[in-house]
Amino acid sequence: MSQNNFRQDIPLLSIDNLTIDIPTAAGTLHAVRGISFDLKRGETLCIVGESGSGKSLTSLALMGLLGKNITPRADKMEFDGVELTTASARTMRNLRGARMSMIFQEPMTSLNPAYTIGDQLMEALTLHGSTNRKKARARAIELLEKVGITAAESRLSQYPHQLSGGLRQRVMIAMALMCEPELIIADEPTTALDVTIQAQILRLLAELQREMNMAMILITHDLGVVARVADKVAVMYAGELVETGPVDEIFAAPSHPYTRGLLRCIPLPGKTKRGSVLGTIPGIVPSLVGEVNGCTFRTRCEHASPACRGTIPLHTSPTGTHTFRCIHQPEDLETDAVQSTGANA
Amino acid sequence: MSQSDTPVLELRNVTKTYSVKQGLLGKSKPLTAISDVSIKLARGEVLGLVGESGCGKSTLANILLGLEAPTSGEVLVDGQTLGGQDRLALARRIQPIFQDPYSSLNPRKNIYDIIALPLRVHGIGDEASRQKSVREILDIVGLPARVMNNYPSQMSGGQRQRVAIARALIMKPEIVICDEPTSALDVSVQSQILNLLNELRQEFGLTYLFISHNLAVIEHLATRVAVMYLGRIVEEASVGGLFDAARHPYTDALLKSVLTPEPELGIPDTHLGMSYPNPIAPPEGCHFHPRCPAASDLCKSKRPEPLFDPNGRIECHLHSP
Repeated sequence: MSQNNFRQDIPLLSIDNLTIDIPTAAGTLHAVRGISFDLKRGETLCIVGESGSGKSLTSLALMGLLGKNITPRADKMEFDGVELTTASARTMRNLRGARMSMIFQEPMTSLNPAYTIGDQLMEALTLHGSTNRKKARARAIELLEKVGITAAESRLSQYPHQLSGGLRQRVMIAMALMCEPELIIADEPTTALDVTIQAQILRLLAELQREMNMAMILITHDLGVVARVADKVAVMYAGELVETGPVDEIFAAPSHPYTRGLLRCIPLPGKTKRGSVLGTIPGIVPSLVGEVNGCTFRTRCEHASPACRGTIPLHTSPTGTHTFRCIHQPEDLETDAVQSTGANA
Repeated sequence: MSQSDTPVLELRNVTKTYSVKQGLLGKSKPLTAISDVSIKLARGEVLGLVGESGCGKSTLANILLGLEAPTSGEVLVDGQTLGGQDRLALARRIQPIFQDPYSSLNPRKNIYDIIALPLRVHGIGDEASRQKSVREILDIVGLPARVMNNYPSQMSGGQRQRVAIARALIMKPEIVICDEPTSALDVSVQSQILNLLNELRQEFGLTYLFISHNLAVIEHLATRVAVMYLGRIVEEASVGGLFDAARHPYTDALLKSVLTPEPELGIPDTHLGMSYPNPIAPPEGCHFHPRCPAASDLCKSKRPEPLFDPNGRIECHLHSP
């Protein structure tokens, strides 16, 4: 796709004010509230957050895979000029798999146990009508080899249960890449894998991404993965982006109390004293059913004050790339950063 | 550590072999899940057990819990062999905490019944004294007494894992087998549970066998670490010895694969090559040689003998006795 080069500076994906409400018996669940981000070709965005933060829902909304009774709203949700919120089912079907594809967390449940690896790999190509079976087969073998699977040709006739977890995840990646997508969304692609395999899969993804100049959204709760893979980071808490920025700025100067809290929770080899007390974030994520106002982190935040119930301003760094949402100025939050390094020293 | 003390837990040359059928009509083949494993655990120690899936960690945990019998070798608790003790007696001394608090708690029982069950099984106390014990243990693991009437589905992952810890501790065991106790939890909850486990160990003098694939967690909590590969312990050392100066190439690769939150470092190349070997047909010689960057011809043909020294134990031709 030669035209890609001309559009390098224009975002491939542009999201403005995405909101997802889910009707439940108890009332409306405000699962995702007003999130915005841009992504260029070749860029990797990591969305970090804990369970229930809305990170997976966001990706499903992009793919048009939310349930029938859930309609995402957004001022803008554009993929290469196509507005996704108003796109027809047919348009979405043509985009999915072909130009944007997804790698799911659980390779055991997201591969069909009744079909061979080969059938499932080739389906993406033949379904989109771009090629015949013979070519699709050649492409499947090529991609299996690319993701580091030995004896690729013989694997085509195997079923998912005959492969190990690491191999299945590689098959999932190969499948997502069959149509050379421009955007790939990976939802916790390595969480179920061993650390050794995790490193290999992440390296592989990064290499393939560079080679094909793909944009990638990687969803994870693992800050180690984020630090090593991301160009940009979006920290999500209870359905909102609380902090966004380039990876080096986020890790060098985490600003939102939640981001800081998360970084204090994990033992840092060589930095955290062995056996010392780790930082914690007390409390639990609030319910998002019914009216949600102010900063949703206030129930767990050590800096919380009555003003946190009101409108929360968005701070932008002098560079313009690093933002966070909090009533406090970055300087006012410095005290706890000092404390945390003190506790870890 | 004074060597004169009897280890609270000891494994002597424990081997566990399963017979695995190949296909519907295929012949059975032996699968050695654990091979010649010897471990000593002193009271109050935390032994971290690391290795990839399929290396035998969970089989080892099951043997310690008395859920499976070793094919050969001995397990000793306080110097007494496990074989002579029945399951009930053993359960008083060794208790498990499992990985997934969503599936390890009975969804149809309330929290009181879940935690009090071990007391009932062992016929300890009457209903009133059990109530009191459950209240006490809930307080210890940091849960309010009012959760006693809740069901697991009404609790968060962290709270459920606290319930699982309470259930494990109500029998006042000496040894707790923690099998990936925090890997199903969110980051902010994980640190709370790790802190709690650490506190409880100090308060009650507990001994932990801590199984995890998260090496940062192992480094933080363990006092000693054993690295398993294809059923064998290939290296064992104090936590400092292992993390500061790993000797086995496999340990080295494991440590390299840890992703610390340092953006400047990029994604490491572990040089481990493709996949974990098939345990039914383990490689000749040193089991690790097909993935080892330092493998020589000797490694392909001859299995290394273990070397015991003050640093611990190592099974590698680079460190031959």
